[in-house]
Amino acid sequence: MTNPTARYLLRRVGLAVGVLWAAYTVSYVVLYLLPGDAVETMASGGLDGEPLGPAEMAALRARYGLDQPILVQYGKALWAALGGDFGVSVQNGQDVLSAMGDALPSTLALAGTALVLAVLLGTGLAIVATCTRSRWLRQALLSLPSLAVSLPVFLIGLLLVQAFSFGLGWFPSVGAKGPSALVLPAVTLALPLGAQVAQVLAASLDRALDEPYVTTARAKGVGRVGIHLGHALRNAALPALTVVGLLVGQLLAGTVVVETVFTRPGIGRLTVSAVSYQDIPLVQGIVVFAAAVFVAANLLVDLVYPLLDPRIAQGATR
Amino acid sequence: MSLLEVTGLRVEYRTAAGPLHALDGVDVRVEPGEVVAVVGESGSGKSTLAHAIIGLLPANGRVTAGSVLLGGEETTGLSEKALRLVRGRRAGLVPQDPTVSLNPVQRVGVQVGEALRVHGLADRRSAAVRAVELLERAGLPDPAVRARQYPHELSGGMRQRVLIAIAIAAEPALIIADEPTSALDATVQRRILDHLEGLVRGTGTGMLLVTHDLGVAADRADRLVVMSGGRVVETGRTADVLAGPRERYTRDLVSAAPGLHQVVRENPHRDVDTHAEPLVEVRDLVKEFRLPGGGTLRAVDGVSFDIAPGETLGLVGESGSGKSTTARLVLRMDDPTSGEVRFDGTDITGLRGKAWRELRRRAQLVYQNPYASLDPRFSVEEVVAEPLRAFKVGDARARRARAAELVDRVALPASVLDRRPVELSGGQRQRIAIARALALSPDLVVCDEPVSALDVSVQAQVLELLTELQADAGLTYLFISHDLAVVRSIAHRVGVMAQGRLVELAPTAQLFDAPQQDYTRELLAAIAGRRSRETV
Repeated sequence: MTNPTARYLLRRVGLAVGVLWAAYTVSYVVLYLLPGDAVETMASGGLDGEPLGPAEMAALRARYGLDQPILVQYGKALWAALGGDFGVSVQNGQDVLSAMGDALPSTLALAGTALVLAVLLGTGLAIVATCTRSRWLRQALLSLPSLAVSLPVFLIGLLLVQAFSFGLGWFPSVGAKGPSALVLPAVTLALPLGAQVAQVLAASLDRALDEPYVTTARAKGVGRVGIHLGHALRNAALPALTVVGLLVGQLLAGTVVVETVFTRPGIGRLTVSAVSYQDIPLVQGIVVFAAAVFVAANLLVDLVYPLLDPRIAQGATR
Repeated sequence: MSLLEVTGLRVEYRTAAGPLHALDGVDVRVEPGEVVAVVGESGSGKSTLAHAIIGLLPANGRVTAGSVLLGGEETTGLSEKALRLVRGRRAGLVPQDPTVSLNPVQRVGVQVGEALRVHGLADRRSAAVRAVELLERAGLPDPAVRARQYPHELSGGMRQRVLIAIAIAAEPALIIADEPTSALDATVQRRILDHLEGLVRGTGTGMLLVTHDLGVAADRADRLVVMSGGRVVETGRTADVLAGPRERYTRDLVSAAPGLHQVVRENPHRDVDTHAEPLVEVRDLVKEFRLPGGGTLRAVDGVSFDIAPGETLGLVGESGSGKSTTARLVLRMDDPTSGEVRFDGTDITGLRGKAWRELRRRAQLVYQNPYASLDPRFSVEEVVAEPLRAFKVGDARARRARAAELVDRVALPASVLDRRPVELSGGQRQRIAIARALALSPDLVVCDEPVSALDVSVQAQVLELLTELQADAGLTYLFISHDLAVVRSIAHRVGVMAQGRLVELAPTAQLFDAPQQDYTRELLAAIAGRRSRETV
């Protein structure tokens, strides 16, 4: 490999594979160490079912391979996972990948919309707050993010439902039918994330505006808005971009709460049910998926850096 | 009509400690085609004046009285919108530090073109073409290539030329140059000032040159405005002010300026016994650094010299010449790639562990920046006594007594012992750094640019102190500086470094009066103040 960019990419992809393996293994160990197993959960038969006898339990364990030594189980599972086979859900026997595939589109729509909203809201707020000459407006705007960050997601969701669904009746409060059902969940998810973007961006915009090159630009006769958009924003974008990469992790965690509050189908709801049933194959699938999304998002962020700052581009080729 | 007429200008900064009067009734005039230099030490208000003229005061500063007429029109009290039409178009600014004054994420051509576009003098396409022309006028080689580059790909001198191109872009009648070259090497400084002066004189533009360097002002300006404490102390034709300063402050400033005089102190030192066994012997010293992306850089390339006990050897050179790396090798703070350093007869290049620590006792360092080299959380007493603690010398009481004695030796009152470094001035801090270096009674003190961060009058005092300490304690100095005038006033012998090599090494008087190498001659010619000395 002579191309440094390709070498850099290759190293990052190697690192990503390592992270995915670690996520798989750690989740496997943790789930294995939990008391009881999936068969016991199924065998309890719920509230009204008849408990299974020991012979039937043993048969079930053999069927799922749970009677083999743990290392053998792990090795087999890992080998299968490498081929994309995460096994079948112990809840309903559905293939793990197809179960996740069914839930994915709805979650993607939710998380994607929320991320775009969060970035737009955060950037807009930070720019207006640092650009305004009204001290009062600046203070007011800059106090919003800490408010949004400190409110729990479910509370934001319930407040929004109360106001816009029960009160004004603009948007449905549950379900996933049509774009209008997406609005409230996406806003709920976006608010705390956008707040973090706003906090980081406003702070780094303020720092950038103190730099001597801003004085140079002002001395040319460039106005406030021109300085903000033409000079400060791109310099201030790097820290905010780093935050956006990390937010993708929070976004996935947030879908668990938001999909539950708004009764939307999706990966978040799937996670809740998988965990409560100790559906180890499904949980494993979701964990690896989440890790993959997170790693991919941050790799993407790293690749965008040099486009924003030419000094990093030179460093990356070293 | 004057190009610029400032009368009775007062500027106030709101600070936590109450209002601070940065300018207290300042009068300055600049005629078309004239260069007026505003000189003064830090805190004199000269930069505030430069910024106030085009309404660029920081948020906590405001003009409280007086007027600024630029081309006959008042600029104080203008709205931000009206000021935008003045800035760049009527008065261009060349800012202080070229390394941080350009937007790092924008190509330099775009930044030059912006100065035209904001005033509607070019559209996107013609701005790109004009930017290349302007860069060429500012004296940048390969302007078309440079215009496509980012600031970090250009040297400090090139970046200053970009900033000059920005300042002249909209053809303002007045150029305000705020310490335009103080961050640059002497030879680069001279070329840039020559160029800037040519641009101004050729077009009838006026220039207000703000500088702390009286030598620079003396070389360039038609008239001098001397500022101190927010007031103008003296003003007049440059030659008149230099030849016969009326005010005491100006006299002190003129006599402290190292470059302005043929001789500040022609070897005030005792003679050095050059036949004695040298304290330091450096032989064929080489230091290579591996460059990222392959290749090596020879920072120090076959350097040899001796330093006799009680001698001061000056090492001069521009940035990147290898002088600081040489100093670090002499102190064994870095390992040489090859070559030998002997300290008092012992080869120290392979010293490890305990022996290496013992060397620290005998060879100490005084750094360039007295603001960064003192721990802000220590009291002065703790700073000075730290080497004693590190080497477990004496008990707490003895160390306290020693600290008091050292502070007294660097001519500071005992009351500073309980204060923190932030409460002291730059000159006081550098004295504290010297006291710390002397704590273990070393034989050798390596001074790396010890006065370059200080005002000239303070510089002179610190140099005086170093000379006295040498006479009292028989200290040996390795004195690193980019400033030839400073080295001349303290060193017995001077070595000139360029690209890692020791180009010339000679007794001070001989090097300055009869330099043997072209490079040395070029360096000497670049000393600011030399031109005025020849004509006055």
